[in-house]
Amino acid sequence: MVQPLPPFDPKQAAQFFFRHGHSGWLGLRYSDHGEDWVELELPWREDLLGEEARHMLASGPIISLLDMASGMSIWTTRKVFTPIATLDLRVDYQRPARERSAVRGRVECYRITRSAAFVRGIAHDGDPGDPVATMAGVFMTIARDPRSAQHA
Amino acid sequence: MPDSQAQLTAYARSLGIAIDRMDDGVPVLAVEFTREVEGRPGALHGGAISGLLETAGYAALRAKLDSDDRHPQLKPINITVQFLSTGKQKRTYAKGRITRLGRRNANVSVEAWQDDRERPIATAIMNILMADGAG
Repeated sequence: MVQPLPPFDPKQAAQFFFRHGHSGWLGLRYSDHGEDWVELELPWREDLLGEEARHMLASGPIISLLDMASGMSIWTTRKVFTPIATLDLRVDYQRPARERSAVRGRVECYRITRSAAFVRGIAHDGDPGDPVATMAGVFMTIARDPRSAQHA
Repeated sequence: MPDSQAQLTAYARSLGIAIDRMDDGVPVLAVEFTREVEGRPGALHGGAISGLLETAGYAALRAKLDSDDRHPQLKPINITVQFLSTGKQKRTYAKGRITRLGRRNANVSVEAWQDDRERPIATAIMNILMADGAG
């Protein structure tokens, strides 16, 4: 018998997640969380700029930030880490992020069904009331592979 | 071609996105599978796929505008990304198609694929604002 795992802790998980891969390269950091939401921070970096002349953050890293915060909000809400896949992600850009400021992505998981999880959130650069972008997404929960059951 | 390469953003170059070839005047972008684009172990990160799609969308629009001798600033309005299948540990390509080009805004659809051009791993629709001059 496997011991039941403690509930998913985004702060703790961030230490592991953000050491590797794409989120590690972006330098994502844990910022805050609640029962059904997670906020992550994307620090300012010169080599993440969009159009040179404008000296503003590219929009790609903001999608990555929100995608990662989405996944973590789902695990935080479900209290367990399960494989999920992004199905659909929409980002509306309200304004450029302020120069040299970190951008925070705050995403809440507002509904979970047997096979899908629905999230919505914002990216802001200090004032959540004046967001840089708003987002909405749908994730699929990947059912446990029946073939793996025999190994469990 | 070197000019177009230089037009890619610092973010795109830093992520390893480059122009693979021109296809009917439209740049096809590509990124290798590296640690920088890895999400779940062995799979492409959704954010990196989105970044590639978005970069390809801008590149397609910029190529068209250049050929029309228009040089506006491009500002993102929104992007919707559909993730169709897991990106594997392979080279990934993306190409945009301008579905509507107006005076102030453009609608661009983008596809990303790996082995099979006919089986995209992700698609995106982007609305882009074209601001002339300092606007």
